[in-house]
Amino acid sequence: MHSFGYRANALLTYALTILALMCTIASLSDNFNFPSPSAEIQVLNFNWFQKQPDGNDEVSFTMNITADLQSLFTWNTKQLFIFVAAEYETPQNSLNQVSLWDAIIPAKEHAKFWFQIANKYRFTDQGSNLRGKEFNLTLHWHVMPKTGKMLADKLVMSGFRLPEEYR
Amino acid sequence: MDWQGQKQAELWMQILLLVFSVGALATGYIIGSFRMMILIYAGGVVFTTLVTVPNWPFFNRHLLKWLDPSEAEKHPKPQKAVVSKDKKKSSKKRELDQNHPTVNGMEVPA
Repeated sequence: MHSFGYRANALLTYALTILALMCTIASLSDNFNFPSPSAEIQVLNFNWFQKQPDGNDEVSFTMNITADLQSLFTWNTKQLFIFVAAEYETPQNSLNQVSLWDAIIPAKEHAKFWFQIANKYRFTDQGSNLRGKEFNLTLHWHVMPKTGKMLADKLVMSGFRLPEEYR
Repeated sequence: MDWQGQKQAELWMQILLLVFSVGALATGYIIGSFRMMILIYAGGVVFTTLVTVPNWPFFNRHLLKWLDPSEAEKHPKPQKAVVSKDKKKSSKKRELDQNHPTVNGMEVPA
């Protein structure tokens, strides 16, 4: 500590060590947040349902997505990434997931929303297994923190069924 | 900066940074603003730098009292005794001669 440079160096390293510690504590403080998110998705209309020339089934429908994810936000949350996936079972695969819609929620004020939209991404099966298929719509979310671990969770909404015939 | 000053500067640096970090963490958590935590801590680091890094006069209150040069001359540093190299060599040789008698440089069995 005898010279200007030594003192500046000691202060900088000590300050950065404490900053790392503060960020760790901020990250750990997220464990005291017990979120209670809610979401509901309704399928309003099947717009079209067809077999593509290569034999794969493709369907388009309009959804009504209502969600309140405000409780996921803490002081250490930067943003939320959310997506809706259709999940169903086929003889080849026990779990098929097709992403239909996604969004980035940058602030708590935008975390309570209502959307009425057609699927943003194509709902295409690898084969023709979709006729009369029962499927789940799952709302997944990834909580991106300012510091620390990224958290992910989901809400599963079941009981949807595709039409028996192409239209 | 004198010895006492260096000790105090390090101590105050650690205390100030810890106090600011705890204050920043508590404030940020209570008002729910990560940005506020970082701003308070950054301010604390700048303040601590200004207090403890420059060589302020209050870090120089315990200067060492050196002896006056004239006083030092009255007590000369004790000198190490120097042993001459030649003397050492000859004594070694004599020792060798006593233990092992030689003729023309060759050892003679006892």
